[in-house]
Amino acid sequence: MTLAVNILLWLVVGILAVIAATRGRVLLDDGVRAGVMEFILLLPRIGVGVVGSGFVAEALPNEWIAPWLGPESGLLGVVIATLGGALTPGGPVVGFSIGAAALKSGAGAPQVIAYSTAWALYAIHRLVIWEVPMMPARVVWLRALVSLPLPFLAAGLAILLGRP
Amino acid sequence: MLPKVLAGCLIGAFVTLLLPREMVARWVGHESGFAGLLIAAFFGFLLPGGPITIYPVAGAFLVMGADAGAVVAFIVSWTLIGYTRALVWELPFFGADFVIWRMIAAIPLPIIAGLLARIAVRAGFQYRDEIK
Repeated sequence: MTLAVNILLWLVVGILAVIAATRGRVLLDDGVRAGVMEFILLLPRIGVGVVGSGFVAEALPNEWIAPWLGPESGLLGVVIATLGGALTPGGPVVGFSIGAAALKSGAGAPQVIAYSTAWALYAIHRLVIWEVPMMPARVVWLRALVSLPLPFLAAGLAILLGRP
Repeated sequence: MLPKVLAGCLIGAFVTLLLPREMVARWVGHESGFAGLLIAAFFGFLLPGGPITIYPVAGAFLVMGADAGAVVAFIVSWTLIGYTRALVWELPFFGADFVIWRMIAAIPLPIIAGLLARIAVRAGFQYRDEIK
């Protein structure tokens, strides 16, 4: 699976590089330089994230997860998970490692989906740090406002689909 | 994990350079209707990169004439069903079955968010005066 994903991704890189090269050498160089720079800037964050996620998983209060977020927790569990997602600071490594750790500790899958959906859509720190400086603030708040019901819809649709 | 991250970074850089931005206003502007929301959601699914690349692109879409509903659909789509983000970040933690299940359940959500945003704007939510 990992190998297939890698092959697919690098195939896309190859196609885009060829398109860029046909439009001129400068465009190809700019693309490679910008991509490699972003990768280098990401490296320390990935290192911290991979090491940190182990600590995060250890630090989760496992004995609370099953009763509050387990498959039997129902709508209340989805509400708690949504609130938790909105209040979780940090990048993708933190959010996804907490979700994965909670799933292993007995949280229900729809509750974990609600958590990661809320965290991805309106984690408060991300709105303030990333989105407001780069977008008109009123559009950011409009987007956050209309996103409020989405974690509940995501959990509900996942239940309707049924786990694969 | 690292080769995937490098590939994601390179895809983001090339797409940002190659995307024909003049097409944006025509495809996802005020007059684009429901099709505009679908196109914006599809762009969000397609366009790789992190928040560093996605929010400036969304801001540029607004300046070039995209409406708030389309921009909301674009950002929500990138956030919930963007494939590079899922491949690079989510897959290593959750595994393919879980991620595909979550993504299929999320497919209608960008359209719902875009429609809600357009309803709010029609009901009097102002945002145009902030866009230069």
